[in-house]
Amino acid sequence: MKHKVATTVNGHPQEHEVEPRLLLVHYLRDVVGLTGTHIGCDTSQCGACTILVDGKAVKSCTMFAVQAEGRNLSTIEGLAQDGQLHPLQQAFWDEHGLQCGYCTPGFIMAASYLLSQNPNPTDDEIRKGLEGNLCRCTGYVNIVKSVRAAARAMDGAAVKSGERAAAKRS
Amino acid sequence: MAITTMIGAKIHRREDPRLVTGHGRFIDDMTRPGMAHMTVVRSPYAHAKIKSIDPSAAKKAPGVQAVYTFADFKDHIAGGLPVSASFVAEKKQVPNQFPIAHDEVVYQGEPVAVVLADTRYQAADAASLVQVEYEPLPAVMDIEKAMEKGSPTVHSGAPDNIGWDLTYSPDSEEAWKDAEVRVKERILQQRLFPIAIETRGVVAEYDRYDKRLTLWSSTQIPHFVRLFVGTACGLAESQVRVIAGPDVGGGFGSKIRPYVEEYLSVVASKLSGRPVKWIEGRSENLTATTHGRGQIFDIEAGAKKDGTLVALKVTQYLDVGAYQGVFGAFQAVACLLSGGAYKWKHIAARTVGILTNKTSTDPYRGAGRPEATHLVERAMDLLAREIGMDPVDVRRKNFATEFPFTNNFGLVYDSGNYEKALDKALELANYKDLRREQEALRKQGRYLGIGLSTWIEICGLGPSAATAPAAGVALVESSQVRIHPTGGVTVYVGTHSHGQSHDTTFAQIVADTLGVPYDSIEMRHGDTAEGPAMGYGTYGSRSLAVGGMSIRMSCLKVIDKAKRLAAHILEAAEDDVTFDQGRFHVKGSPEKAKTLGEIAFASYGAGLPEGMEQGLEAVSYFDPPNFTWPFGAHIAVVEVDPETGDVDLRKYIAVDDCGNVINPMVVDGQIVGGIAQGIAQALYEEVVYDDESGQLRSGSLTDYMIPTANEMPEFVLDKTITPSPTNELGVKGIGEAGTIAASVAVINAIVDAVSPFGIKHVDMPASPDRLWKQIQTARGTSHDGKEARK
Repeated sequence: MKHKVATTVNGHPQEHEVEPRLLLVHYLRDVVGLTGTHIGCDTSQCGACTILVDGKAVKSCTMFAVQAEGRNLSTIEGLAQDGQLHPLQQAFWDEHGLQCGYCTPGFIMAASYLLSQNPNPTDDEIRKGLEGNLCRCTGYVNIVKSVRAAARAMDGAAVKSGERAAAKRS
Repeated sequence: MAITTMIGAKIHRREDPRLVTGHGRFIDDMTRPGMAHMTVVRSPYAHAKIKSIDPSAAKKAPGVQAVYTFADFKDHIAGGLPVSASFVAEKKQVPNQFPIAHDEVVYQGEPVAVVLADTRYQAADAASLVQVEYEPLPAVMDIEKAMEKGSPTVHSGAPDNIGWDLTYSPDSEEAWKDAEVRVKERILQQRLFPIAIETRGVVAEYDRYDKRLTLWSSTQIPHFVRLFVGTACGLAESQVRVIAGPDVGGGFGSKIRPYVEEYLSVVASKLSGRPVKWIEGRSENLTATTHGRGQIFDIEAGAKKDGTLVALKVTQYLDVGAYQGVFGAFQAVACLLSGGAYKWKHIAARTVGILTNKTSTDPYRGAGRPEATHLVERAMDLLAREIGMDPVDVRRKNFATEFPFTNNFGLVYDSGNYEKALDKALELANYKDLRREQEALRKQGRYLGIGLSTWIEICGLGPSAATAPAAGVALVESSQVRIHPTGGVTVYVGTHSHGQSHDTTFAQIVADTLGVPYDSIEMRHGDTAEGPAMGYGTYGSRSLAVGGMSIRMSCLKVIDKAKRLAAHILEAAEDDVTFDQGRFHVKGSPEKAKTLGEIAFASYGAGLPEGMEQGLEAVSYFDPPNFTWPFGAHIAVVEVDPETGDVDLRKYIAVDDCGNVINPMVVDGQIVGGIAQGIAQALYEEVVYDDESGQLRSGSLTDYMIPTANEMPEFVLDKTITPSPTNELGVKGIGEAGTIAASVAVINAIVDAVSPFGIKHVDMPASPDRLWKQIQTARGTSHDGKEARK
């Protein structure tokens, strides 16, 4: 028995018929065709499949696709806008925050949620905020640096757009 | 002489844009028209007879195309998995590992059937419907019991469980006569899961009409997969194309061998006529992918009272698993490097490989070298304590200082300056201040510890004279450099990058050698349809020192031909033409230069010198004259809470020397990542099997502690640079350094911290419960508490 599920993925409406047991991560990868969300375990430890559901970080292996009915889903593919890398993507590149790159989409999505809740986290808060994600290559040092750098860049961007808004007003 | 501009520069990785945007192409992203999904039905027992397999219910399940068992595979796969000689040329027992079990299973996770279905969910459903009747047999789990006479055997009908027993050099009483101080210890190297975050996976597509196979696999060694899997499945190399990835999500040694699922998927594709995909689940990975370490070392070390080292005796007991790992005997290198960075009068070494009803062990990041470092650096601290010397002074007194240095087993360390690295690390750590702080804290009942690891390694595998007898083919490296008519450069290299950043660092070497823009260079690897006939893959920190050198050789061959053509075009004698930063000119007339691009264009045209063929490309195989020998000094600083057994890893200082550096950002990344895995072994990770039932108790990531960002200490990194004389780039290798150095730095720090309780040795992982018990027992009995660990 298949169920209809309607979601919005990276701003685009989606409608599919799926088995009720289909995991959200398989829905994204195999049905919607967005393979940037990865699978690294089967017990929800590794966080490689982290996406945003209505703006909140979720390991997409812990939800069924049908539970995403009516939700806004954001994946790694939706982060870059108009060919411009998101500050987090840019920072991971600049700070060598990845090696094999397999865990990276999950880290970036988890970090994007962290920064949405806490735009200027301390290093400890970054580490705590990313404790649901595993990386085997980097030893995490450059991941923490990347998130710190992105926070600075995003803060700067916010200040700049604030300045621009102020300039427009005057 | 070209001015170096790229080599040594921090160049950001060209791999990253696709990876940070979700556009990497990993094995599970791959799909083919008409593709079937394969699930492997595996043994739940460590050891059992298979009485019957009934696939009928599975065959009737929705979407199922086929269920295959041994009977279906037996005529399509010749022989079994290869087993290399590595460092043990003569083995006592090499059980043949056919890719699927016949009538006996010998480890939990051994394949007994495969299911093909239209979707992965259907394949998984049907796998649970395959009825297998087993008759459990005694499981051989403990290597010491496995060695006893009369022990049950891992394989029914086998004489015993000894895989190998080799004495590299015997003990000699004479050697010990100057040893005024002797220390003994048993050192455990627990089994580890390598855990690349991408599990393994395969897509096999056999074309019945063209009789060609394309095999995508998450592997570090595409050419070896083609060689072994293709040949066993009756296909010549010309019929087989193996593509690694295209992106591979980490390896750490666990993807350096052909695996049973590669053979099974190829035959399944042949039999079914469909492309076949198999993606390993993580819990499946924990029994289906090889493990690392799994060893016990008995060591004895002797020194004079002034700290001069005399003799060392090492016995390695290695848990082989149910089948000999393809490169499992490589780990015996621990014996040959047991002397570490030091001068010894004599070293006696013996390795024993013992079969057990477990997953095979095979190289895992460092492979034998972390074990060697661990035992010798523990021996240094044990001797220092016995003599009453500072551990720094014992090391300093015994360092090899003259290079090339020939160790007790005839291995030649190419270059080094061990004291310089140590001095730098001590300075960065403020060692003397730390010792003062330690003393002050002890008075307050707090336990600070400082641990040293002055490590060395053998890498850059390897010279043909040594590697051809060990691996069958010489582990040299190939490359191909092509200059296209309009000057663009394509480079193919036989190594494989799965996080090591080769597409960036190798392009840096090419840019400098050819004097062409970095962006005009395309790096290719991991596809057997491209480049030279054979590539050797990535393992043993070899890619730069062997593959990078091969690329340099091909570049020089291209320049050599281009120079002859340039001389012809410039109407000058070849000897009068100079090549400088991508331009050829007659000496003294730099204004009339021809770029390499212009020469490339001309090389595809008419009017070449007599006898010169069109084109500008070259193939090279680099056979290094020696291994390379990186080294360094690491210092871990811990505080142990005796009330909880908790280890607070406060700071980690690493001074490493990998010779000349191509890209410091990448080198630092490799070092920190490697240290993280060493720390993980020291403090957190352990594969646990139940000794009675043979069941894997750490059978999912819920039960196996991989450190997160929270567990990492503050790192302080620095380097010394001692170029390697082994190759013209002066490079050594850095992929495994951190892992080789780190576990013992942490353990030495912990032992140092708890030494006031009389504790002389702590085994890994030093988890809070075990350390607490050891401290409690030691406090209660004035004994060192070791039995508490049992």
